Amino acid sequence: MGITFRKETFRDDFTFKNSPEHIRRFPFPFQEDSYMYAVNIEPHVRGPKGSVLENLIDVDEHYVAEMQDRALVLAEDPLRCQSLPHMTLAGWDLLELLMEQQALGYPEHFTLTRDGDRWRWINRPLGIDDTFTFGDVSTLPYGPMEYITRQSQGDFCILDQRDGNLWMDAGMVTTQADWSLDFDIGMNFFEWHAPVPLAHEKGIFVRALKFLTNIQQGKPARRLNWTMTINPRLDTSPENYHKWGPDRATVTPENVGDKVHLRVELQSFWRLPRSNGIVFPIRCYLIKMDELVTQPKWARRLHRVIRDLPDELANYKGLTRYRPTLLEWLSKLDDGSPTSPGFGPD
Amino acid sequence: MSTGTTKLDVVVSDVVPVNELVTRFHFRRRDGALLPRFSGGAHVVVEMRDGERTRLNPYSLMGSPLDTREYTISVRRDDVGRGGSLFMHRNVRPGMEMVISYPVNLFSLDLRARKHLMLAGGIGITPFMAQTAQLAAEGGNFELHYTCRTASLGTYADVLRERYDRRVRLYHDDRDERIELDRLLSSQPLGTHLYVCGPSGMIGWVRDSAASLGWPTETVHFEHFAAPQPGAPFDVTLGLSGRTIRVGEQQSLLEAIEAAGVDPPYLCRGGVCGQCETNVIAHDGKFIHNDHWLSEEEHRSCKKIMPCVSRFEGRSLVLER
Repeated sequence: MGITFRKETFRDDFTFKNSPEHIRRFPFPFQEDSYMYAVNIEPHVRGPKGSVLENLIDVDEHYVAEMQDRALVLAEDPLRCQSLPHMTLAGWDLLELLMEQQALGYPEHFTLTRDGDRWRWINRPLGIDDTFTFGDVSTLPYGPMEYITRQSQGDFCILDQRDGNLWMDAGMVTTQADWSLDFDIGMNFFEWHAPVPLAHEKGIFVRALKFLTNIQQGKPARRLNWTMTINPRLDTSPENYHKWGPDRATVTPENVGDKVHLRVELQSFWRLPRSNGIVFPIRCYLIKMDELVTQPKWARRLHRVIRDLPDELANYKGLTRYRPTLLEWLSKLDDGSPTSPGFGPD
Repeated sequence: MSTGTTKLDVVVSDVVPVNELVTRFHFRRRDGALLPRFSGGAHVVVEMRDGERTRLNPYSLMGSPLDTREYTISVRRDDVGRGGSLFMHRNVRPGMEMVISYPVNLFSLDLRARKHLMLAGGIGITPFMAQTAQLAAEGGNFELHYTCRTASLGTYADVLRERYDRRVRLYHDDRDERIELDRLLSSQPLGTHLYVCGPSGMIGWVRDSAASLGWPTETVHFEHFAAPQPGAPFDVTLGLSGRTIRVGEQQSLLEAIEAAGVDPPYLCRGGVCGQCETNVIAHDGKFIHNDHWLSEEEHRSCKKIMPCVSRFEGRSLVLER
C-alpha cells in the first residue's frame, strides 16, 4: 500500500492540491464559531486512524514535493538552517526521534536498523540508503539536524533550556508564516514572541514558558495555530516578502476559491533526551478555499471566525487587505444554520 | 495534563554495597528493551511500596547516558531520615519488580560552557558520575573537586580517579583537606560554568563565594533536593475537594494530599521543580518553608506553599487543592 506521493509545486505554477482523502483529514483548527488566543496545549498522543494524528510525526502525500521545495529554498538561502555550536548533540537527538517515528509510522517507506552506533537509514521516497555512525558528524553529508530535516516535513526549532528560559539555538525553517530563523537565532522565548499582539497582556507567554520548560521525556504536547496564505506557498518568509507579499493584492471575487488558503500549523513539543533541549516541530498544512468548502460545516464556521476576528489579529495574520473579498465569498456558503461541536467535518 | 512523568516498569538487576553507608541499585526494563536515553544530571523518582505506604524518592542517575541497558542509582543510608533510604537498603533485593519515573533533568549541563568546573560533596557525587561520562565521551573539558569525610566514604573516588586521573581532585575531611575555593574560582578561564551538588552548607558556601567573586548567576548551577523534614503533625483543609486531612509527623504535606486521593503534579519532590506549587486560600499560623522554588518575597506573602517539603504550624490552613 503506502502513500501515493503527489508531483506538485509550491511556487511558480502552484500545482499543489489535496486529494479528497487529504481534504477530510485536514486539521481544521476551529472547534467553535469564534477564535481567540488560548493556551490550547494538549498531550501529543496518537489520534484516530486516517487523521493527521494517526502518527506522532505525520508523513503525507505532499512529502516528496515538500522536500524538493525545501532543497530549493536552502540552495538560495543556506541561512534557513542554522545550529549554534553547542546544539550538535540536540541535532542527534532529533535525528533519532524523526528516524524512529517515521520508520514506526511508515515502515513501507522508511527503515532504520541499528547495530550499536552503526545505523542504516533507508528513505525510499527520496531514494536514500545511508549507513553512518551515530554521534560522528563526519559520517553524514550534513550535520545531524540538517540531514534529517531535509527528509522530514515541517519546520523544526531546537530550543536549548537554561536559566529558566528557552533559547532558539538551532533550526530548519523553510515553510514559515512570516518569521525568520536568521533573525531569531539565539533569542529567548520572550524575545522571539515580542511581536505577537494581545497575548502578552493575557500573560499567555509566561504560562506557556512554564509549561514548556516542564515538558517531560516521553510526554510530548501539541497545539494548533493558523493563518492564511495567498497561493499554496510554503516559503512565506520575511526574506522573500517581495515575492509573496504582493500576492495579497491579487485576490478577486473570481479567484478566492483557488488562491486563498487556510494555513494550519500543527506544533508539537518534545523533550530531547541526551541534550535536555526541546524540539518544536511546526508542521504546515495548506488547503485552498475550494477544497475547504467541500465540507459545509467548515465553510460556515470559517465565515463566522473570519467575520468576528478582532482587527489586531486580522492585521497580525496579514488578512486585512483581502478580508472583505474573502468574507463576501464565504458568506454565500453560510446559511446561518448551527454547526456541530468539534473540529471534524460532519 | 496528568501528574508526574511516564512510569517505567523495571526489575532490580543488582544490589551492590559500595561502602558502609552507600549501596548501588541497578534497574533493567522488565520487557528487556533499552531504557530511555537521558542527559547527565537527570534523576528518576523511585516508587517504594512500604506496607500501606508509598514512598517516592528522587535519585540521580549515575550510569553513563551512553548506555541505557540499565539505570543505576546510589543511595546513602540515612538512619534518622524518614525511612526511604532505609527501605532501599533493607528491603530492595535483586529480582524485585519496581516502578520508576522517566528521567527528569533539573541539573543540566550548560553545553555552551568552555569548561565545566564541578564541586561535589559526599553523596552529591552521583549526578557528576553521569555528567563526567557524558562529557568525556564528547571530549569535553571538565574538572571535578570532590570532598568526602574519609577515604573509605569517598564513594566512587577510586573509579573517578581511574577514569579521569588528574581531572579529579579529592579532599578528605579527616585529613583537614579543604577546597581552596577562592583560589579555584579566581583562576578559571573565561566561559567556565560551575556546578555544585552536596550538603546545603556546601552549596551555600560555593554560591556565595562565586557571587562575591563576580561569577554571573547564569554560570552557577546547583542541585539541591531538600528531603522533606519531619515535624509536628498539622491539619489542612483542601478547599477544592472539601476534605480535611492530617499531615503526620513523618509525612510530607504532598504525601498527605496524595493519600487523600488528590494528585497534584510533581517532578522532583524536593522543593526545586515548582510543579506542586499550591495556593493558600486561608491560614492562621506560621509556614515553615523549606523549598528552593518560591522567592523570599513569596515565602513572606503566605500565599503559596510547596507541599513536597514545606510544613505549617498553627490553628488552620486552607489550600487550593
